[in-house]
Amino acid sequence: MTAIASGPVGRMELAWIIAAHQSRDVVRKRWVMAYAAGLFVAGDLMLRLAGSGPSVLVSLLNVVLLLIPLIALVLGAASLYSATEFTELLLAQPISRRSLFIGLYCGLTVPLAAATVLGLVLPFVFERALDATTAPTLAMLAAVSVLLVCVFTALAFFVTICVRDRARGLGVAIMGWLGLAVLYDGLVLALASAFRDWPIERGMLAAMVLNPIDLARTILLIRVDAAALMGYTGALFRAAFGTTSGVALAALALCLWVAAPWWLSARAFDRRDF
Amino acid sequence: MIRVHDVVKSFGALPVLRGVNLVLAPGRVTAIVGPNAAGKSTLIRCILGLVRPTGGTITLADGRDVRLPASRASLGYMPQQPSFPDNLTGHEVLAMLDALRPDIVPDSTLLERFQIAEQLHKPVRTLSGGTRQKLSAVIAFRYRPSLLILDEPTAGLDPLAASVFKSAIVAARDAGATILLTTHVVAELAVLADDIAFLMDGVIPFAGPVAELLRETGASSLDEALVTLMQSPAASVPVAALQTVDVSRARMHGGANR
Repeated sequence: MTAIASGPVGRMELAWIIAAHQSRDVVRKRWVMAYAAGLFVAGDLMLRLAGSGPSVLVSLLNVVLLLIPLIALVLGAASLYSATEFTELLLAQPISRRSLFIGLYCGLTVPLAAATVLGLVLPFVFERALDATTAPTLAMLAAVSVLLVCVFTALAFFVTICVRDRARGLGVAIMGWLGLAVLYDGLVLALASAFRDWPIERGMLAAMVLNPIDLARTILLIRVDAAALMGYTGALFRAAFGTTSGVALAALALCLWVAAPWWLSARAFDRRDF
Repeated sequence: MIRVHDVVKSFGALPVLRGVNLVLAPGRVTAIVGPNAAGKSTLIRCILGLVRPTGGTITLADGRDVRLPASRASLGYMPQQPSFPDNLTGHEVLAMLDALRPDIVPDSTLLERFQIAEQLHKPVRTLSGGTRQKLSAVIAFRYRPSLLILDEPTAGLDPLAASVFKSAIVAARDAGATILLTTHVVAELAVLADDIAFLMDGVIPFAGPVAELLRETGASSLDEALVTLMQSPAASVPVAALQTVDVSRARMHGGANR
C-alpha cells in the first residue's frame, strides 16, 4: 500500500535532513538572536571605547569564555528538553538513532557556532578594525569559540540524555557552567597556594587540560602573548611547552574535549529508553 | 502484523511488563486498555522502539525486529501530546518528515479533510492545541502506514474533526492496516475497537474480540466488562480468556464482532 516516489536515502543524508530543519528552528529562536546581537553590541562598544583591535580581542575573550558555556550548555539543554516529545516522534520515523543524534547535534551546534562567529567578526568589519595583526587573532578567537560551542553543546546533550528530569538537568547544567567558568580557576589557585612547597606543576597542567575554558583561554593568550592575563596554569603551560607547541597541544586537547562528550552522548542516546 | 513475544521490561528494580504476549492482526483495530500504571505506555513504547525491552521480542510479520529503522517506514504514530519545533511552520514539519521517506508519495487526504493547509503556513507556536493535534493525525496517516499506533488520538479534537479522524481509522483498517489504539473513552472503544487487549500489572490476562470479552465477563456492555476485569485479580479472569492472547484468532475464526 506504499506509493513509490524515489530511491532510499543514506544515513548521513538523513542526518543532514534533520540538521537542516533543526537549524532553521534554532536560528529563529529569540535567545539565539539575542545572543548574536549581544556579542555584536559588546564587540562594537569595546571597539568604540578601547579603539585598538588586540586589546578588544582580549576583552572579548573574557566575555566569550563566560558567555559561550552558559549559552551552549544551559540554554542548549533547555532547548533540548523542550524538544523531547518531538525527538520521540522522530525516533518513530525510519531513521537510525545515530543519524538522528548527528542531525540533532549539528542542528543545534551549527546555528550557535554561526551566531558566535557573526557576533564576534561583524563589529570588526563594521568598525573597519581588521588589520594584519588583528585579523589572525580574531580568526583564532572565532575558531576557539566554535570549538567551545561544540564542547558545550555536546555536554548539553549529555546532560539531557542522562538526566531525564528537566529541572534537575538544568540544575546540573547551571552547576556545570558555574564550576567550569567561575569556580574552577579559584579552586586550582587555592590548591596551588596550599601545596606551593610541593612539585605540583604536572598536576596543575593536568588541571588545565581538564577544563576546556582554561584551554581556550590559554590558546588565545599564548597567541596574543598576554602573559599577565594567562593565569597560573596558563603560564605554566607556556613555560612547559613553548608558544607554538603550546597552542597546538592545547588545541588538540580542546578537540578531545569535543570528541569525548560527543561520543559519550551518542552512546547514551543509542541506549536510552525514551 | 506485529508479534509481541514474552516481552519483559523493568526500570531498575521495578518490573513494568512481566511477559507480554500479543499478536496484532492486520485489518483490525486492537485497543490496549487497563488501569492507570498498568504498563500501556511502556508496551506502546516498546513496540515503537523507544524503549528497549529487558527480554522478549517484538517482530513484524516477516520476522524483522520492529526496532530496525527500516521497520518504521510503514509505521504511523500519533502521540498523546503532539509537540513540534515552535519556530517551524506546519508545512516545514511535514517537509522534514516527507524528506525522511522520499520513496513514499505523501497522502494528503486527511490534511484536506481537516482543512488546515492554510493554518500550517504559520509557525507551530501560533497554532491552537486542536490544530496541533490535527497536524499530528495528518503525520500519522501521511505515509500510508501498514501499522498505526494511536495514543489517545481524539483528545483535543472537536467533534467534527474526531468524526473525520475515526472514519480515517476505519478506512485504514479496511485497507488492511494493523491498528493499535489506546483510549480511556469507552464509547470510542465501542465504535472503533475490533479487539481488546487488557493489560494489568504488566501482563495481558485477556486479549480477544470485543464480543468474546462480553461473553467471558457476562457483561452487557463494554463499559461493564472493563470494570469487571479491572476489579478482578488477574488470577480470577476466566481460564479460557487467560489463554487467549492472539487477537488474530478472531479473524482466523472469521469472527466479525462489530
